[in-house]
Parts: sequence; C-alpha cells; structure tokens
Amino acid sequence: MKNSHPFYGHGLPRVKADDLGGKLIVIEGADGSGRSTQIADLVSWLETKGHATVQVGLKRSSLVSEELEKAQEGNVLSRTTLALFYATDFADQLENVILPALKAGFIVLADRYIYTLMARDMVRGMDEAWLKNLYGIAPVPDAVFYLSVEPEELVQRNLSKNATLDYWESGMDLGLSRDVFDSFLKYQSAMQNAFKTLQKTYGFDIVDANRSVNSVTKELRKKIGALLEEK
Amino acid sequence: MKTFAESNFPGRLIAVEGLDGSGKSTQIYLLKRWLEAEGIKVYFSEWNSSELVKSATSKGKKRELLTPTTFSLIHATDFADRYERHLVPLLRAGYIVLCDRYVFTAFARDVTRGCPPDWVRGNYNFACLPDLTMFFKADLDVSLNRILEGRPKLKFFEAGMDLRLSTDPYESFKIFQGRILDQYLAMSKEFSFIIVDANQPVEKQQVILRKLVSDRIDLKKFKRKSPLPLPPSLPVMHDDKEEILEDKVA
Repeated sequence: MKNSHPFYGHGLPRVKADDLGGKLIVIEGADGSGRSTQIADLVSWLETKGHATVQVGLKRSSLVSEELEKAQEGNVLSRTTLALFYATDFADQLENVILPALKAGFIVLADRYIYTLMARDMVRGMDEAWLKNLYGIAPVPDAVFYLSVEPEELVQRNLSKNATLDYWESGMDLGLSRDVFDSFLKYQSAMQNAFKTLQKTYGFDIVDANRSVNSVTKELRKKIGALLEEK
Repeated sequence: MKTFAESNFPGRLIAVEGLDGSGKSTQIYLLKRWLEAEGIKVYFSEWNSSELVKSATSKGKKRELLTPTTFSLIHATDFADRYERHLVPLLRAGYIVLCDRYVFTAFARDVTRGCPPDWVRGNYNFACLPDLTMFFKADLDVSLNRILEGRPKLKFFEAGMDLRLSTDPYESFKIFQGRILDQYLAMSKEFSFIIVDANQPVEKQQVILRKLVSDRIDLKKFKRKSPLPLPPSLPVMHDDKEEILEDKVA
C-alpha cells in the first residue's frame, strides 16, 4: 500500500507528506450514531484480511487528556481556550500515534477527527476561517464517513444505553434550553448543520445511520474494500 | 489584528517583549509600582501562567513530550485562557493591563522552532494587539551572560535542545536566543515595537518607560475613584521565572 497524505494546510514542521503511507479512515458522528460498534467491526474485518490497524479518538492524548477532563468537569474554560485545548490534544495524538502509524503502513481508524472538533467550535461561535487555519496541521484522510442519525433517533439510542443525556453532547454549556431534552435536540441539529457546512469544504461521505447496524456495516465494508483495492 | 483602543475597549494594554535576561521583567515591575502609587487601575499578567493549563504544560516540558506544534498549541491555550478570563474583562472594565510577554513571544519562538508564521499568527488572531509594545533590546552577549552566569542549569526547551542545534546546552541556548532575536527584529516594524536600549542602567530605562507611557496614555482616565492602599513590594525579583529551569525532573 503506497500512497501519500497531503495536509489540509501548512502541515507540520519536519513532516513530509510523501513519508506517510498507510491509510487514514475517519468515522464521524454523534454519540449514539454507532461509531464504536462500526469501528470494532472494521478492526476485526481488516485484521482478518491481514491489515495492521491502529485506533485513535478524541481526548486520548497523554499530554493533555487528564487536564482537559478536569477542566470540563468544572465547565470553566471559555470557547477559544477549549478549542485550543482540544487542538493540542489532537496534535499530540497526530504526532505520536497517527503519523508514526501511517509511516509504518498501518490502517489508522479515527473515532472522530478534526470535523467534530470544528463543528463543536462553530456551534459555539468560533470563526470557520480561524478553525481552518488551526487544523491545517491535519493530514487529508483517505476516507471520511459521517454517520448521520436524526436527533430524535439519537435521543432514543442514548437514553436506552445510559438512561441519561450527556451534558456536553446536549450542549448544555450553550444555554439553549434549561431542559436537557430540548437542549439535546437543538444542539444536535445545530451540529448537523455545522457538519453540512463542513461537508461543502471537506467533502466527506454521509452515511445514513438511521438504518440497522448491519446495513451500515455492509456499506462501510464495501466502500473501504474498494479503497483498499486501489493501487 | 487591531489594538484594544481601536477595538473600543476602555482599558489599555502595554506589553514588554525581549530575550530572557534583557531586563524587561524588572522594568515592567517598576512600571507597575509607579502606576499603583499613582492610584491607577492596573493589572499585571505573565506569560505562561494560567493555572488550568499549567499542569499539562509542565508535564509536557518535564517529560520532553512537546513537538514544535504541541509546544505552540499548549502555549496558545494558556494564552487564550488568560485572555478570555482575565485580560478581556479587565480591559472592558477600564484597566491598564501590563503584560510580561504577549503574542510576539509565540510568534518569535514558534517560528524559530519551524512552525509556519501564518499558522502561528492565525491561531492568535482572536486577540487584540497591545496599545503599546516595548521591545528591550540588549546586546546578545549581555542577555546571555545575565542568564548563564546566574543560573547554570538550563531546561531542555528553554535551551532549544529540541531543535538539535548543539549537544551542549549552553551552545544550543546561545544559537536559539540569537535566532529568536532575529525573529523579533524582523517583526519589529510590522507591529510598531518601541525599541528600548536595554544596555542602559535600570533607572534610566525606567525614566524613558514612564515618559513613553504618560505621553501615549491619558493616565488620569484610569484612576480609581477611591484609591487602594499600595500593595507590598515583591520580596524577591524573579526575572523570567518561568523561563529559568530548575533541575529537570526525571
């Protein structure tokens, strides 16, 4: 598998796009859209086919993930700070996990990528051009699948799993509504709109994930299979 | 980017920039004491001092985990936290805010580390520019001697060891500081730095500073209605205390 990964913007000091082989596959979507289920399936499927895989996600860096968690508990960070904190977390994983894995020819499965971060920041009023510059450090993935689920369906899935709606996934920091149920619906539709805006620039593949797990799995395997056959 | 005055903030921001050992921290401290004695609403803010981000920053530095990109972003996060939580409300409330280092420190340092200038500037463009920026220009040897004589142990990032300029920390520090100085001087015109000759005696520099400030800022507008008692002076002067590294923790 030989290919190269250009960057969205300036890229990173001391990293050449041509050194990056492997494949970078991104699965985006809200909590309850089935991301983790699909990624778990893809990992087994790819490993069975003989591909080495690595998984990354948000807020998993060794550098700042603990501090980020702590700051979120108190909800004390303002929007620019939060945006930059998340970008630091992303950059740390990019340089320590994603890039080395791509150099070694692995398939990197990203459980969310810069688009979720950008969409969250946009919903909080950050400037799109500012975000685009900030995330110019990110390599362009080989494929991005956005698992799109209607907010009403997301509510049902989140409640059946946790019996509660997450503070941040409901956008409660935004003061859209004091009622977490209403806030969740409003926030998730705002996030979908932000993704639609980003889709125009970044052109990712929107997958209808209102359907059963199996039909989504089938579609993802088919598309990724085709991608891996390209030489 | 506009200044705070151009953005209609009632407050004003004064920044000092310069290499470690240029004496800028001493000067801004004396400026603060003077403004306090004059009954002015004044607040002092240091680079790299947000409590929230501190633990991540120091962990990254101690474990030498930072790349040019994460070094840049973590400092931007720290700056944003101070900016949004302290500087903006104070400037809206009509304070004179004194900053020991501002965005230019990042512009000079991160670009020296290899980050693209447009990227770094773009990341900081949520911030307004200072109303007055004074750059303390000392001979490179003078600044280097002040740091190297006093405190022989240099920290990894402080010495620019991540750039692999030299295996000797002192040598690396000298080359690194020289490059940062070049970056500062290159942006001096673009950001209207006022260059202060930092080879002069402390007292003489302070006279120049106070005159500059009173000429450019109508200080009586920033007086407190009821004056506060003068705060005690600092027991020990720390020049660039964050910059000077203690022994590295393994």
